[in-house]
Amino acid sequence: MVKMYLSYLNNIMMDHDRLERLASIAQSSLLPLVKGALYNTIPLTIITFFIGLLLAILTALARISGIKLLHGMARVYVSAIRGTPLLVQLFIIFYGLPNLGVTIDPFPAAVIGFSLNVGAYASEIIRAAILSIPKGQWEAAYSIGMSYGQVLRRVIFPQAARVSIPPLSNTFVSLVKDTSLASLILVTEMFRKAQEIASTNYEFLLVYTEAGLIYWVICFGLSIIQDRIERRLNRYIAR
Amino acid sequence: MMISVQGLYKQFGEVEVLKGIDLKIQKGKVVVIIGPSGSGKTTLLRCLNVLEKPDKGKIRIGEKELDFAKSVAKQEIHAFRRLTGMVFQNYQLFPHMTALENVMEGPVTVKKEAKAQARQKAMDLLKKVGLVQQADQYPFQLSGGQQQRVGIARALAMEPEVMLFDEPTSALDPELVGEVLKVMKDLAAEGMTMVVVTHEMRFAKEVADEIIFMDHGRIVEQGKPEQLFINPQHERTKQFLRLIE
Repeated sequence: MVKMYLSYLNNIMMDHDRLERLASIAQSSLLPLVKGALYNTIPLTIITFFIGLLLAILTALARISGIKLLHGMARVYVSAIRGTPLLVQLFIIFYGLPNLGVTIDPFPAAVIGFSLNVGAYASEIIRAAILSIPKGQWEAAYSIGMSYGQVLRRVIFPQAARVSIPPLSNTFVSLVKDTSLASLILVTEMFRKAQEIASTNYEFLLVYTEAGLIYWVICFGLSIIQDRIERRLNRYIAR
Repeated sequence: MMISVQGLYKQFGEVEVLKGIDLKIQKGKVVVIIGPSGSGKTTLLRCLNVLEKPDKGKIRIGEKELDFAKSVAKQEIHAFRRLTGMVFQNYQLFPHMTALENVMEGPVTVKKEAKAQARQKAMDLLKKVGLVQQADQYPFQLSGGQQQRVGIARALAMEPEVMLFDEPTSALDPELVGEVLKVMKDLAAEGMTMVVVTHEMRFAKEVADEIIFMDHGRIVEQGKPEQLFINPQHERTKQFLRLIE
């Protein structure tokens, strides 16, 4: 096996024309791939993350509210989303809903699907972060006359943010990569572009690897941003 | 009368923590509540600003009265809390704000005061508790005694009618207790009405106008310090005082 593979590699290496062809394909596919990332992958990620985060905060608050109806709704939502594959959810929204007469374009359908997904997963992160803030902080804030909303906004969220940045960054990075699933509901994001390019020149290994590298670069950039935010939010913590 | 409590009851699950508290405190007086742990003294204090909601009874502070036999609206509770300032055993400063920001927070967020004005007032209060130098430091950079003094300034910033202290020196290293007690003595001398739950008997003897001894959810005995400490009437009070001597 190993021998065969090596001789295959050798063949590729030795074939100068083929190398030139690969280089030219790599070069010519770079721009469409980056465009796919800039026009679809990245906007899809950012829009869904913020809608999802908002959903997550509302869901987390509903779960800790102690109001039975809200609590129950939040639990069902989180359970349903976490208990079904993301791809199935996307298919239900894009291919399923038209049976009810609801037709949604690819991009908005993807936004809805991914937002619901992020909302459910991140709500558990936010809930845990809120619950990690000592009860005494609520009491201190109440004791100076704050309302529930003021306590959340001024005292709890700023501290909960610090706790939730690492797990939320995980969610964000996963989301960047999960958007490749949108290719299956016809969003022309980066991976769909890669499929289109590869299907014309059959250089699957090259083009998909190139796409993979671009995902990696995006995620690497995100980890640098995460680092900065963490450092900023940790400035009031003793070490 | 500054504070008037009538027939206050509070239960946690099966446990009755307050079994009918009646209490009157005059304006400008310093009242110290003592008693064994589990006697309900902290719960009583926390009921005064409704951090614990009593099951039954009335509390009047200044002109405002809450009757807990009826349902009380949230807004009423928020307004009621602004009559009191609370100092906590574990300080509970907001860790993400500097000392100055902690003190400004109430006036700016709750009272909607202009920032510049709130800052000026907060600096005056920090000066009063001796922490002007530390204004821009975060709580983790301060000693326990300094944090607790910021806590007092934060409560004072809301200009409460009454200050409530919940074992304000219990979490402090012994050498830091004095600086906090001094601030409290200064406040008392200025005529602030204060209700203090504490184990600092020297403070109680020196500063209190009245001592309340609680046990098992009731007020057992109440009187001037010289009377209660030197000549307690109830056996339970005598026992307790012997134990802490």
